[in-house]
Amino acid sequence: MSKNRVTATVNGDAVEFLCETQQTLLEVLRDELRLTGTKEGCGTGDCGACSVMVDGRLVCSCLMLGVEAQGKSVQTIEGMATGKTLHPLQRKFLEHAALQCGVCTPGVLVAARALLERTPDPTEQEVRYWLAGNLCRCTGYHKIVEAVLDAAREMRGA
Amino acid sequence: MNDVRYEAPKTLEAAVALLSGANGRGKVLAGGTDLLIQMRAGRVEPGLLVDIKGIPEMTSILAENGAYRFGAAVTGMELVEHPGFAKAWPGVIDGVKLIGSIQVKGRATVGGNLCNASPAADSVPAMIAAGAVASIAGPRGRRQIPVEDVATGPGTTSLAPGEIVASFLLPRRPPRSGDAYLRFTPRTEMDIAVVGAGVNLTLDEKGICSRARVCLGAVAERALLVPEAAAALLGTSLDEAALERMAAAVRAACRPIDDKRGTREFRIKVAGVMARRAVELAAKRAREQN
Repeated sequence: MSKNRVTATVNGDAVEFLCETQQTLLEVLRDELRLTGTKEGCGTGDCGACSVMVDGRLVCSCLMLGVEAQGKSVQTIEGMATGKTLHPLQRKFLEHAALQCGVCTPGVLVAARALLERTPDPTEQEVRYWLAGNLCRCTGYHKIVEAVLDAAREMRGA
Repeated sequence: MNDVRYEAPKTLEAAVALLSGANGRGKVLAGGTDLLIQMRAGRVEPGLLVDIKGIPEMTSILAENGAYRFGAAVTGMELVEHPGFAKAWPGVIDGVKLIGSIQVKGRATVGGNLCNASPAADSVPAMIAAGAVASIAGPRGRRQIPVEDVATGPGTTSLAPGEIVASFLLPRRPPRSGDAYLRFTPRTEMDIAVVGAGVNLTLDEKGICSRARVCLGAVAERALLVPEAAAALLGTSLDEAALERMAAAVRAACRPIDDKRGTREFRIKVAGVMARRAVELAAKRAREQN
């Protein structure tokens, strides 16, 4: 079987990988590039655990083929902290205990960052609607929403 | 696992040639939000995927003398974020906004929503109400057909082998026009329409309805244009009696199934309610448009 050769940028680094056509971007990230921060929840685009950014768009990496990443810029949870300094969202998630088992957390963080980049001062309702595609079976969402709103406040310098 | 070839042509002609040469085993890959799931479930087993997102006509949004043409592979989020389009066709945007999560809308396309041919597709009744025309490229060249003539039933379309829905034209509307799409679902987000209703109408200077189109989703094997419902609105001020005649025509046209999301009886009743509310919202938008 002939594989597809793909070049892309992941978290700012140029990468090159071989993948079968059916391999999803999620499988490529985890199994070929060994970036296992991105999680598989449902594999059908319903849960958002595999959320990543592709050319500035929030997407489910399970609903995109690896080969479709050709020439694209991908950002995953691994690119969120700066060295050992956590992103404010990551810090606020710890402070607010906005996670329990942690499987949804990388996807929630990537999605929340995408929200705050476009809407620095979201209402609680905006946060809840934006994160509607990120399912969490542990927290009941309240602490997640609180953490996102608190991170937004801090990032605005308010 | 079978060997699947991947191609990303740069022109429609090349895409049509690839699909035509695939012995019926080729599939168009737009957003992939339905196709990838169907492939993983083994429901479709293509030998060739033709990724059409590198084709300019299929990925652009153009204003043409008050009309809009947008590519069948434009993503939902691109439409939602396009200020001109969102202002011109708020009802189409109502439908697009309801397609899955932000993540799904970042990939999912109106062309895919149409060609996947789910009777509950949220953008389709709004597009049909809008009078959208699909431009189809195929081995025999181009043809233009109304969007209501594309899907024929669950998962089936009128497209011939090798044909691709390339783009949509939404015609220019007269002043005082408005459109709206509403659906009923048990929850507000991340759900599939139990009933959907799209309405597009125009009011004259006295507030009398001079043009109307009413289209329903999830109450038949495909989205259903209901001319009798539109006729009940024409020449009226959208008063209570007209709205009730329109709702009665909607209920009469419904031929839904019973399933876990709603019974036949429930869907028929709710279709009338959703259509009334969609008319009211479309009229409000038409009036605000002066």
